[in-house]
Amino acid sequence: MIRPPSSPHIAGRSSVPLVMLLVLLSLLPGTMLGIYQFGWPALFLFLITIGSAVLFEAICLKIAGKPVRLYCMDFSALLTGWLLAMTLPPWAPWWIGVLGSFCAIVIGKQIFGGIGQNPFNPAMLARTVLLVSFPLEMTSWIAPRPFGTADAPDAAAGWSITANGIPDLDAVTSASSLGHLRTELGRGELLPDILSSTYDPLASAIGTINGSLGETSAILFLLGGLFLLYKRIISWHIPVAILTTVAAMASIFSLHDPDHYAGPLFHLLNGGLMLGAFYIATDPVTSPVSNLGKIIFGIGAGLLLFIIRTWGSYPEGMAFSVLLMNAATPLIDHYIKPRIYGHPGSRIGQFFRKLKKEG
Amino acid sequence: MPKLSIRGGVHPDEHKLTNEITITRVPTPERLYLPLKQHIGAPAAPDKVIHEIIHKGQIIARAQGSVSANIHAPCSGYVEQITDWAAPHPSGLPTRTMVLVNDGRELRDDVSTPVNPLFLRPEVIAERVSQAGIVGLGGATFPSAVKLTLGQSRNTPVLIINGCECEPYLTCDDRLMQERTQAVMDGIQLLAQALYGPDTIIAIERNKPEAIRLMEIACKDFGNIRVMAVPTRYPMGSEKQLIEYITGRQVPAGKLSADIGVTLHNISTAYAISNAVRHGKPLTHRIVTVAGDAVKRPGNYEVPIGMLISDLLAFCGLKEEPQRILMGGPMMGQALPHAEIPITKGCNGVLAMSRAEVKNSTEHPCIRCASCVDACPIGLSPLTMAAMLKKDKLDQAVDIGLKDCILCGSCSFACPSAIPLVHYFNYGKGELLIRGQQQQKDDEIKRLIQGRQVRMAQQEKEKEEMIAKRMQAIAKRKAAEKAAAEQNSEKEIA
Ligand code: SF4
Ligand code: SF4
Repeated sequence: MIRPPSSPHIAGRSSVPLVMLLVLLSLLPGTMLGIYQFGWPALFLFLITIGSAVLFEAICLKIAGKPVRLYCMDFSALLTGWLLAMTLPPWAPWWIGVLGSFCAIVIGKQIFGGIGQNPFNPAMLARTVLLVSFPLEMTSWIAPRPFGTADAPDAAAGWSITANGIPDLDAVTSASSLGHLRTELGRGELLPDILSSTYDPLASAIGTINGSLGETSAILFLLGGLFLLYKRIISWHIPVAILTTVAAMASIFSLHDPDHYAGPLFHLLNGGLMLGAFYIATDPVTSPVSNLGKIIFGIGAGLLLFIIRTWGSYPEGMAFSVLLMNAATPLIDHYIKPRIYGHPGSRIGQFFRKLKKEG
Repeated sequence: MPKLSIRGGVHPDEHKLTNEITITRVPTPERLYLPLKQHIGAPAAPDKVIHEIIHKGQIIARAQGSVSANIHAPCSGYVEQITDWAAPHPSGLPTRTMVLVNDGRELRDDVSTPVNPLFLRPEVIAERVSQAGIVGLGGATFPSAVKLTLGQSRNTPVLIINGCECEPYLTCDDRLMQERTQAVMDGIQLLAQALYGPDTIIAIERNKPEAIRLMEIACKDFGNIRVMAVPTRYPMGSEKQLIEYITGRQVPAGKLSADIGVTLHNISTAYAISNAVRHGKPLTHRIVTVAGDAVKRPGNYEVPIGMLISDLLAFCGLKEEPQRILMGGPMMGQALPHAEIPITKGCNGVLAMSRAEVKNSTEHPCIRCASCVDACPIGLSPLTMAAMLKKDKLDQAVDIGLKDCILCGSCSFACPSAIPLVHYFNYGKGELLIRGQQQQKDDEIKRLIQGRQVRMAQQEKEKEEMIAKRMQAIAKRKAAEKAAAEQNSEKEIA
């Protein structure tokens, strides 16, 4: 006998491909600005990275015997590749992109059983592997040279950079703002002096600074994130928790010792914080499901980020902090759950409800 | 203190296209099929034999035990047979059903009706509701009289009349409030009277402004009855959610709403109560929304209970072969295996959905997006429960709240991966039920075995005692004989 289908018989309009497409759409402006700034090599690397990500996904699906078309059409591999490309130095050689995609898709995702099963954010895992294995290629930042300006490479030269590496490495590279800050502080310089010479908040916000594609325009990624919030694709809990934690920590320390600690605005506008807070930490697969859990996750990631940036040996810590919190996610999910209707709920929940009632 | 909102919930497209179509009476078909179990509790027992003549409104099956309901004839004619017929259940398995043949004469026995039922004692109102076979008509089908008696004994200070009708497509309660406002109001008054005049709140979702307006006018003169417009959000009309929204309190797990002082009845139940108590008409007809893209003339129909859905759909006309036929709304309604299934007391809608209307998406893996967690009005983690049930870990699923799930479907509705979460929960609850029955059976067997052992031990003991007694008796006799013999010999010596 055929079993009639279960209720409900209608469904919401949300679907995985739609969600992914909207995320990609919201990433587009920031990405385009980044590519515009760093010219042909950035475009080539970007295309190679996302192309290889989709390719690896298709190969894995084929091997696993899953329907390739159906799963590839959910755009999740495209998004992973895209996010990875956003965190690479724009003039990095092609094999960085391909290797990164391999790490992300094969090691970070498919080995665990594909979409929804991976404990760690695949893009961040790949970036971390690359950073640890190829520190030179992964920290060769160049100053922006938009299409059409004098020192921008043309298509052929751009291709040669992507294919063979940057010809005269020392001549073109310069430290990212966070890296610069770190080196100068290490030399015993005082913060106000360092910043006054190099740092321009407006440029950091708009994105005319060096860094990876995703580290440039804080404003565009913020807007993209707000769009996702508006579309209810992500909830506010994680981004708000991360951003306020970082801002609060930065305020406390910079007020206390302005000579050695940068202020909140510097932290918010530089590095990959905006991209990380809205696009990477909010990855549903690797973050907690309950709202309170999300807030805890965000606070944790924010704290770790600030600690790594300030006292760690790497200038930027988005990837590390997200990965560490990913590892804590199952634990958070186990302990933090919504209260079930008609049950007393956990001790913590009871305490807060009592407070609310009295206050 | 009302809450600002309920937890979770979703906003399905309303599709309430029939809310301006006047209720139409459907002619009684030639045959009616009345299942003996149309309510929660024990099935009713037939009160008529095959070929016995019946009049309209007569009891044809009587309630059995404390939770059960009478069933009345919606037509005059005779009982053709008592047989097994497909019941409105997804399995379509047959249940005992009385088949009535309609003679079309509409013969009816005289009934005595009170001059003013509002002067009746509360217990008497409950008794009449019970006589009329009224059950929760919103779909719960719990016998209303039992609820009333419970409310009377607990003296519940709040009565909530549920006019939310949060399921998409359905408009029967909406139409009832708009067209038969006075009768509905009368039923509400009777309910209030039966409960010693509690604070009465009529909850109506904001998407029914006309019903709200009319009901507000109707209850203007009553100090203790008022209308409360509640937000349009599925599942607002679910008993637990509505109670929390209105009173700010949750019904504790395993307790009844009466335990926190609330009685809840549906709008259409109130209407049926007015009919029964004021006019002496038992529950034989109900308003059913017929909708869906495959229906030619969708609308609200007053249908005799027991009419086959195929007959009803034939009356309304079909544009195309429906892809799916549902009993109830699209969120919680049941897909029927075929249309040869009768309308029962709890059926508030019949939807013939076209191919385009039914959700038809391929299932993707779960991406842990937590849409289901956010949508669940109970506060469960549907994704975790479903994952456990997939691996048949029933106990773990129960630990995290499977028993609390109200099967409202919000989680499945919100899931972007189109995972049939409710399907798993249905399965899990079914397994629990089977397990419970098995447990009962095992307990029974254990009891019997233990009883037997005790009995055997008893018998053994009795036997031993008897043997011992007999031995004693023998010993005594022997002793006596001996003594007598000795005496004799003594005598002889002497
Ligand atoms: S809504 Fe669906 S995809 Fe999202 S977490 Fe729940 S089950 Fe998984
Ligand atoms: S069906 Fe159950 S788990 Fe799903 S939303 Fe409703 S109550 Fe929650």
